[in-house]
Amino acid sequence: MSILILAEHNNAEVKSSTLNTISAASKVSNEIEVLVVGSNIQRIAKEISNYQHVKKVLLLDDQNFEHAIAEKIDPVIVSIADKYSHIFAPATTFGKNVMPRVAVKLDTAQISDITNIENENTFVRPIYAGNALATVKSNDTKKVITVRPTSFDIVAKEGGSGVVETINFNLSEGHTEFVDREESKSDRPELSTARIVVSGGRGLQSADNFKLISDIADKLNAAIGASRAAVDAGYVSNDYQVGQTGKVVVPDLYIAVGISGAIQHLAGMKESKIIVAINKDEEAPIFNIADYGLSADLFEALPQLSSELDKLNSIEK
Amino acid sequence: MKILVTVKRVIDYNVQVRVKADNSGVEKENVKMSMNPPDENAVEEALRIKEDGKADEIIILSIGEEKCQETIRTALAMGADRGILIKATEDIEPLSVSKLVAKIVETEKPGLILMGKQAIDDDSNQTAQMTSALLNWPQATFASKIEIEENTAMVTREIDEGLERIKVEMPFIASCDLRLNEPRYASLPNIMKAKKKPIDIKSAEELGIDIKLRIENIKISEPPTRQKGVMVTDVAELVQKLKYEAKVI
Repeated sequence: MSILILAEHNNAEVKSSTLNTISAASKVSNEIEVLVVGSNIQRIAKEISNYQHVKKVLLLDDQNFEHAIAEKIDPVIVSIADKYSHIFAPATTFGKNVMPRVAVKLDTAQISDITNIENENTFVRPIYAGNALATVKSNDTKKVITVRPTSFDIVAKEGGSGVVETINFNLSEGHTEFVDREESKSDRPELSTARIVVSGGRGLQSADNFKLISDIADKLNAAIGASRAAVDAGYVSNDYQVGQTGKVVVPDLYIAVGISGAIQHLAGMKESKIIVAINKDEEAPIFNIADYGLSADLFEALPQLSSELDKLNSIEK
Repeated sequence: MKILVTVKRVIDYNVQVRVKADNSGVEKENVKMSMNPPDENAVEEALRIKEDGKADEIIILSIGEEKCQETIRTALAMGADRGILIKATEDIEPLSVSKLVAKIVETEKPGLILMGKQAIDDDSNQTAQMTSALLNWPQATFASKIEIEENTAMVTREIDEGLERIKVEMPFIASCDLRLNEPRYASLPNIMKAKKKPIDIKSAEELGIDIKLRIENIKISEPPTRQKGVMVTDVAELVQKLKYEAKVI
């Protein structure tokens, strides 16, 4: 049994989702090979070859693959798929975009977004926004799987001794062209892997008021998140969204401010170790899953929280 | 140009889903069913493209039980022109759905296919990508803006890092994000009118597609429940608890 993993990176850095995916695959087999597709990525291939469990890195370094266009990547995977019993990718927008294409071309039913592995054929995945867990067995000979990154640890970046093998691929003419990307730049920890997340909802009432959230986040070295309502209202951009169709986060501490707790939002954060809810409405469903609830006006509570954190920091110094 | 829009009948997004005691599935008896939310965005987008003079017919396709006709009628009441129902078991997998959609495309020859980006029941997020690969049409997944030009379209996609724009050649397939638009409500006269719009009924069998399940449900279980915690009286107490009890700050 040999597993192929599609690595996620941005031509400059390996995304942590790749490390979670390798870790998940290692529960199925020790024969792990990683496909890295991109442009100017020799260094990335070398880095991944050192990761724990990695036996081989297949490197496709070609200008035509600079932007991760799904229609370009799936033929590469399909061309080498014969050798592998399983093909894994992270269940991020990158992996979600590519893998169903691979699955259908191999005539395989994909198993999306797995959160646990029982054996080589049997996997657990959340359905209905995490309100139920499905244990499913694949009867296909080849398994095509996307992995929920936050459900698996990351592998060590050292300890592996994989070889790097360069491959080539002749692309046929494409019908999709990359135009541009608008990425939020931030010095804060990445939302999906941060140890602490401070999230704001509709209760914040404006984009401007989100400064109250970023102030707390700064003091806790936390990432900022948001409910769908806050994103829809234009307070913050879509990449902040936590929930069923946004990001799934599992931080040590999740602070939900002005978020009522719709099931679609809970789907993205209810596995967090400690949940704090600050909300004016005592009946808000978020309090049912919070370890610590504070029923208060956030416009009073957040400045107080800010000064309490200052006090704490000054004691420590 | 014809636009093909796919719609799925799912448990309404406001319903608290319950797992059956025998772990065979979730409770669907006497539960409100509705159109999958992002599919409504797909229908709405098709209507706007037609109103903009860039399409002349909108066909609604649903695959599943007889009752999916209700979901098709909802889309017809919003303003779509006609429907197609392919009768199949309700647990049909995306792999089979994509094959059936591709089959319908052979005869209907749409210039654009719109789907919701994900169904809120099985959360698979596969059908649009699979259909695109089968048809060898460009895919524009997680679309939050679609601008149709002459023979191409500019699509803004919601990705984990922010927003991405791609230019795709027509025909193409888009999977629609909830932020693509605000779906309209059907007016009463349109609901009445929709009752007379045709729905063509087919079966997977007559289309020659094998829809046998490849994935077996071993069990459906409740997720671990979280204990409700404590309410604190003020911010100072909260910070003390986080520092000395939970030890997370």
